Amino acid sequence: MRSAAKTGSVNARLDPKKKRSYQEFLYILPFILLVGIFSYFPLYGWIYAFHDYQPPKPITAETFVGLKWFYYIVSNTVRTAVSLFFSWFPMIFAVFLNEIKCRPYQKFVQTVTTLPNFISWVLVFSIAFNVFGSNGAVNSVMMDAGLIDKPISFLKSKDHLWFKMWLWLTWKNAGWAAIMYLAAITGIDEQMIEAARVDGATRMQIIRHIIIPSILPTYFVIVMLNIASFLNNGMEQYYVFQNDFNRKYIEVLDLYVYNYARSSIKNYPLSTAISMLKSIVSVALLAGTNAVSKLIRGESFI
Amino acid sequence: MSKQKNANGVQLDKGLGDRIISVVTYVVYAIFAFVCVYPFYYIFINSISANNLSERGKVILYPMEIHFQNYINVAKIPGLLNAAKISVLRTLIGTVLTVIVAGFLGYMFTRQTLWKRKFWYRFVVVTMYFNAGIIPWYLTMNKLGLTNNFWGYIFPTIIQPFYIILCKTFCESVPQELQDAGEIDGAGTLRIFFSIMLPVIKPILATIAIFAAVNQWNSFQDTLLLMTNTDKYNTLQYVLFQYINQANSLKALISSTTTSTNLAATLARAATATSVRMTVTVVVVLPVMMIYPFFQRFFTKGIMIGAVKG
Repeated sequence: MRSAAKTGSVNARLDPKKKRSYQEFLYILPFILLVGIFSYFPLYGWIYAFHDYQPPKPITAETFVGLKWFYYIVSNTVRTAVSLFFSWFPMIFAVFLNEIKCRPYQKFVQTVTTLPNFISWVLVFSIAFNVFGSNGAVNSVMMDAGLIDKPISFLKSKDHLWFKMWLWLTWKNAGWAAIMYLAAITGIDEQMIEAARVDGATRMQIIRHIIIPSILPTYFVIVMLNIASFLNNGMEQYYVFQNDFNRKYIEVLDLYVYNYARSSIKNYPLSTAISMLKSIVSVALLAGTNAVSKLIRGESFI
Repeated sequence: MSKQKNANGVQLDKGLGDRIISVVTYVVYAIFAFVCVYPFYYIFINSISANNLSERGKVILYPMEIHFQNYINVAKIPGLLNAAKISVLRTLIGTVLTVIVAGFLGYMFTRQTLWKRKFWYRFVVVTMYFNAGIIPWYLTMNKLGLTNNFWGYIFPTIIQPFYIILCKTFCESVPQELQDAGEIDGAGTLRIFFSIMLPVIKPILATIAIFAAVNQWNSFQDTLLLMTNTDKYNTLQYVLFQYINQANSLKALISSTTTSTNLAATLARAATATSVRMTVTVVVVLPVMMIYPFFQRFFTKGIMIGAVKG
């Protein structure tokens, strides 16, 4: 009864305490407005970042381009993150390679898939050029089979560029990256797998419930290192694969810096500033992922 | 294949699912292996086939009208032999210096008596995680007179923190008594290194030598950045890249080599842009291909030691 009466009285007239606080707010309101006008209102100008704006014309719904310009700054470098997205690939490669019980065959596959890791990007490009060029093996087989009428220029097109870059990277590195996982698999207690087998587990179940959980820590460390170094993707791969048709899309930060410094402008200070900023960000990323790793696993990886 | 017994005599039926997995893995990895090997094979068979056929992409599965004229032709291209010489020299000199320095520093950083040992070790190793960027690096090299200079390939590559970590880890696993014995016999720090440690750490030095040699041989970016005003120090990698990208200048080079041999040079044997590219590719790949099967276990060991935290 009493509480109901109290609620009623609050509704009827303003609580003196509340009134006081509103009053005090009125005292500071002019200054809040000043802050609003001079500090917050200009943020409205950020809207220009989302439009294709030419100064005399007003901005309208038609000029809205969303995140285009943000995208423009970092897109090519961020696209290399496609390799982060597929970073599980070498792990799966190792897991199933381990399933091959015929030792010589396993050894053979491991040897030949590791080989491309030891040739330079120039050689990878030479191979790409000779196999995928207009009179290379792929085009000539496809033409003979009647699949296409004229050669496809795989290397000169910008379509699926980053997927193709990832494929070349994988071709070069997957076998090598798998070695670490294979060693981790060797370290798994054989009795555990044997016990599961006696209990009637299928191979898929053994892979899912024993092998993959056992090598996840290794995977975790490698992903962390990849995140930390994804800005430092180097420029060699992109340098050799660049041409007039794909240059705009293939220029990662490192390559951009190089091309910019070598262009007629010779703007050394700006290129240096960009690569400095990049270094600082990647060191921060490294420290950040290391801290996250400490938090989650109680163990740093550096 | 489908049924097997384990030690306890329990019958293990692999089941249909398992057999399907087996077949699929075998096939998928066969495709992988093919994709990794075929490009090398393709380029090789083309380099020894009739040039008018390889030019049109007719040589796919096996060599046709085998000849080795291409290898003689590329040897005549001006600059190519010199590039080969530079590549071999930088690989030899660079590898030897890198290995000795990595072994020595790795050993020194295990010496408890070294002044501020931990600090200097970190001072070296931390350089793995940052670099100044290509332009400050280029300007420094320019100031040191290492641009357009063969030693530009060697000096910056001598110190490799990763190899030093490998050596240090290895030296730490060597029993301390070995060094102590030398000490008692009156050997100094350097004497202990050269007479006692060096023979013991040979396995890790061999691993490092392979890594360093492959890296030197494959190096491309330093030619691009440093050798801007001269062709004298072009490496094979760089020359190959030029041949791929500058078809026109390559044609000029070829015609200058084949003018006098027009009679002998039939259509099948005359050098073409494609034949030169493929042949040079084979020449550049060959050293790595040849050492690779013999040293695969070193590579594997290297990555495994590296995986253990330094």
